[in-house]
Amino acid sequence: MALEVRLRATGPIPLDVAFRAEAGEVLALVGPSGSGKTTVLRSIAGLWHPQEARIAAGGTTWLDTGARVNRPAHRRRLGVVFQAYALFPHMSAVRNVMAAMDRADEYEARRLLHLVNLHGLETRRPAQLSGGQQQRVALARALARRPQALLLDEPFSAVDRATRERLQAEVIALRAHLDMPVVLVTHDMAEAQLLADRMVVIEAGRMVAEGPTAAVMADPAALRAMGIRELAAMLPATIIERDADGLTRLEGPTGPLFLPGITDAPGREVRVRIMAQDVILSRQRPEGLSAQNIVPGTVLRSVSGTGPGVLVHIDVAGHEIVARITRRAADQMRLAPGDAVHAIVKSMSIARGQIIRAPEPRA
Amino acid sequence: MDWTALGLSLRLAGWTVVILLPVAVILGRALAYRRFLGKGLIEALVMLPLVLPPTVFGFYLLVAFGGNSPVGDLWQSLFGNQLVFSFEGLVVASVIFNLPFAIQPAQRGFEAVPVEVREAAATCGMSPARSLWRVELPLAWPGVMTAMVLTFAHTLGEFGIVLMVGGSIPGETKTIAIAIYDRVQAFDNRGAAVMSAVLVGISLVTIAVTYWLSARVGRRLS
Repeated sequence: MALEVRLRATGPIPLDVAFRAEAGEVLALVGPSGSGKTTVLRSIAGLWHPQEARIAAGGTTWLDTGARVNRPAHRRRLGVVFQAYALFPHMSAVRNVMAAMDRADEYEARRLLHLVNLHGLETRRPAQLSGGQQQRVALARALARRPQALLLDEPFSAVDRATRERLQAEVIALRAHLDMPVVLVTHDMAEAQLLADRMVVIEAGRMVAEGPTAAVMADPAALRAMGIRELAAMLPATIIERDADGLTRLEGPTGPLFLPGITDAPGREVRVRIMAQDVILSRQRPEGLSAQNIVPGTVLRSVSGTGPGVLVHIDVAGHEIVARITRRAADQMRLAPGDAVHAIVKSMSIARGQIIRAPEPRA
Repeated sequence: MDWTALGLSLRLAGWTVVILLPVAVILGRALAYRRFLGKGLIEALVMLPLVLPPTVFGFYLLVAFGGNSPVGDLWQSLFGNQLVFSFEGLVVASVIFNLPFAIQPAQRGFEAVPVEVREAAATCGMSPARSLWRVELPLAWPGVMTAMVLTFAHTLGEFGIVLMVGGSIPGETKTIAIAIYDRVQAFDNRGAAVMSAVLVGISLVTIAVTYWLSARVGRRLS
């Protein structure tokens, strides 16, 4: 039940993208605002008609401009969560969910609302729900159609940070129940990296990078489009215990990590997002340093761009982190592939939003 | 009190509303959502009866519906009676004359339905007809309701066009507005006063009912 998308248009919104999302996979469409990523999503949903396109989901062709096939939006079996949710204001939460069903089934609608953690508010109208609650109803409504593709358009942009983190964690937990391809549109690289298996980077309507999230994050073209400051790597870890001073000890691939602001129970598997610009490298294991996290690893390669910076990719027990250091420092250290280095990360540079409460996605 | 005239007026207003309801929904919705060639022209034509004097409008309808006119001849051959100076002719004139009162508020009502909500209806698998019935009409309802009440109240009070197209045939085209004029002409001020008061009462009740209904809808949505 894969989703295949190929779009081309010269105007009024120029587009040139082609990608495929497999069943059960989360594909993030990322790009700066105005890059056309929402237009791609709207094209898949049948709300926008590009000049040349072929869109197929689960073996059904939804749009093929060459063969003059064009199913209208209501005949494409999909679920959409809109940016502002677009719930039906005159219907209760459970009626909103039932409205998307072929045959209204209140029992099933209530089950879906439970699945997205909306309990006891089934009969409230959207105006009586908070942003996060409306978002849950929108998600349940999108699932109610048993969609062949689930489309999420900046679904976490309209809620506060705490709610966003909780919703993101819930979406990750929900993935075990989803067997359709999921397309997530976001301008937030952190969000894409936390939630997606694969990424498509769009800039000015053109696809500049496509592939597994880790690979795209190391792709210079993608970084040019998104901004080098967004470069980060994900390191898996397990929560061990919270110390009296407020730091929490986690077990990483090569030893302990100490991070602030974690309140989850011990034993939980998480992924920690480490920004390349927050990593310092050292040949020797440093002593007398304020930074709490010293991760030993091996240099994989160095990638230099046109500026004064160098990206050093480091293997950490089979995982990869990236350090963004100056070319001058790299030259002084004479870093070469295979060299042993220590990556140093300040505990305080890892904010709560950089930790996702879920294990690594399947490859 | 001329009960026949009142009954005739209510019948005329009722038929006008019944005919204009689907017209207002279909045309108001199209004008609210779609962009098409000649949209501005249609909007201007719909508004025309609002600015034209009823006598001028009535005169043109009289010419257009009269004997020897294509519309008049067609009506005569289909139904065997003439269109002018008949109740049917009044209904046709009233429908045309009420277009701005019916379509404008309905259009505003449909314009108030957010475009994302309509798109959400489509992505929920609702066909355009189902979306109209389940999502758009419940949300545009205050506008459509206002349109129908305005049409009803306006038809009750219309004078010039009724006189031009209908004349003043008791039981056929003599509406309450014309009966009031007749009473005044006959120096029966008391009769005119009673009928005027009845008309004021009916108009007040209709408008009160609309406000009550739309306030209820407003509460339901907020």
